[in-house]
Amino acid sequence: MPMDPSVVEHVARLARLELSDEERQRFARQLGSILEYCATLNELDTEHVEPTSHVLTLTNVFRDDVAGTPLPRDAVLAAAPDHEDGFFKVPPIIETE
Amino acid sequence: MDREGALRAAGEWDARYARGGALPALAGLPVAVKDIICTAGMPTTCGSRILAGWVPPYDATVVSRLKDAGAVIVGKTNLDEFAMGSSTENSGFGPTRNPWDPERVPGGSSGGSAAAVAAGMTPLALGTDTGGSIRQPAGFTSIVGMKPTYGRVSRYGLVAFASSLDQVGPMARTVADAALLLQVIAGRDPKDSTSVDVPVEDYPGTLPRGVRGLRIGIVREAFGQGLQGDVGEAVRAAAAHLGSLGAALTEVSLPSIPYALPTYYLLATSEASANLARYDGVQYGLRVPTDDLFTMYTRTRRQGFGSEVKRRIMLGTYALSAGYYEGFFLKAQRVRTLIRREFLQALDAVDLVLMPVSPTVPFRLGEKVDDPLQMYLADIYTIPVNLAGLPGISVPCGFSSGLPIGLQLIGKPFDEATVLRAAYAYEQDTDWHTRRPPVVGQSRSQAVAEVHKRDHATTPPRRAPKRGAQTRQRSSRKSKKARTRK
Repeated sequence: MPMDPSVVEHVARLARLELSDEERQRFARQLGSILEYCATLNELDTEHVEPTSHVLTLTNVFRDDVAGTPLPRDAVLAAAPDHEDGFFKVPPIIETE
Repeated sequence: MDREGALRAAGEWDARYARGGALPALAGLPVAVKDIICTAGMPTTCGSRILAGWVPPYDATVVSRLKDAGAVIVGKTNLDEFAMGSSTENSGFGPTRNPWDPERVPGGSSGGSAAAVAAGMTPLALGTDTGGSIRQPAGFTSIVGMKPTYGRVSRYGLVAFASSLDQVGPMARTVADAALLLQVIAGRDPKDSTSVDVPVEDYPGTLPRGVRGLRIGIVREAFGQGLQGDVGEAVRAAAAHLGSLGAALTEVSLPSIPYALPTYYLLATSEASANLARYDGVQYGLRVPTDDLFTMYTRTRRQGFGSEVKRRIMLGTYALSAGYYEGFFLKAQRVRTLIRREFLQALDAVDLVLMPVSPTVPFRLGEKVDDPLQMYLADIYTIPVNLAGLPGISVPCGFSSGLPIGLQLIGKPFDEATVLRAAYAYEQDTDWHTRRPPVVGQSRSQAVAEVHKRDHATTPPRRAPKRGAQTRQRSSRKSKKARTRK
């Protein structure tokens, strides 16, 4: 069953993705069938099974509290689409009026 | 290609060699690096338009370890965008072809590294493997590729796809070369808190110990529906061969294996949707300029990401969103526990587990691009190994109509040595790894002319008649695109 168009729209907004009409229709269809396939997991009883987020038995990993050398600011900003006075520059976030 | 840099580095190693004295393990050896691993001063695109032209300000730890060991980084290799794919057709910069048959895919996502090694462009390459992206292309191109245990190799400077699954590993023409390369990159790195402090064995040194007395379990569930006949036969023959070399063969059962694929597609996409949130047009990469920030994000991502990446971000965002998290994401994490548990139980009774690498030989370009689920099925035997976090290798074990078949051996956590040793014993007693694809030995112009001829032939060789016309159109359109890019 295709994904409901309103759900597609909602998820795209959460994912900060602008979709074309064609993509909206195609993803509704494809995601619908992929999720149907994923629902086969419900055949397994996992009521008493703990989830695995990763396979290592690590807890917190600490290092000595010693300052290292960060990347040079110029080298990092050189890759940015826009910057000013040593900062990343973005369009206005707060409306002024 | 970094022609100048590579020649300069090679020249320096030549000079050091001429002066005499000890040289490091990879002195002067060319290594190609999958273009999702950061190389200072060299563009790193992840196969994505959103990072076109981005030059990282630092080297990944695996790259600095290669350089310290004397390796010459010759260039970066093509991949499915952000390593999402099984054919290298999802690259934002055009597909890579299989040296064994240019009409077929080299597998993916490390298809560029696999094709470069198979075609003799470089003896060694780095790949990354989240659901099979080293082993599947290695199998498709008749080379050796290994995914180490999760935590074995540092990921500092590896651009993240699915953080609980990603791992960097070696790709090479022989097991001995792969062992040497793994030796250099393995081990704890303070810059990656998920790299584990388990001693790195002398992998090349342990290779000749043979398989006598090793217990190898053949996975019952891996030889059923969906497996191409020739592939199953070749893999069973390889198992029998290991038996004849002294390994004790048994059967093991991993009943949850059929659930690995849906589990993976929920977990990997969920993690990817979070990891790829950083491509927002602010710190690096593409920005589509607009007046407001929200539209800048959405439009930048619309223009910068390809279809498969968008599809996976959508799926992952859905699986993590309110109302679906329990039923999809958490459910998949629970099934992951079952899958890992079954593997570890099996590996209590045996030293290695044996399966095919892929259910089929390499498929044609364009054959699966319109059907994501079909494409995902190419990874059914490799994905469970990532979910369980175990080391796995692909080693050449035969051909079907001239197309490569891979054997997969899987070991206990951090027991890469036993995996490599068994692969080596098999390789040394067979000659699959000595065969070279037809393009090797041809000049570049010959090879290009041949691809050109195939694309324009009226009756192309080895093509099933019923899908002839459709594939024809697609493949020539794609190759035109590839040619114009050169």
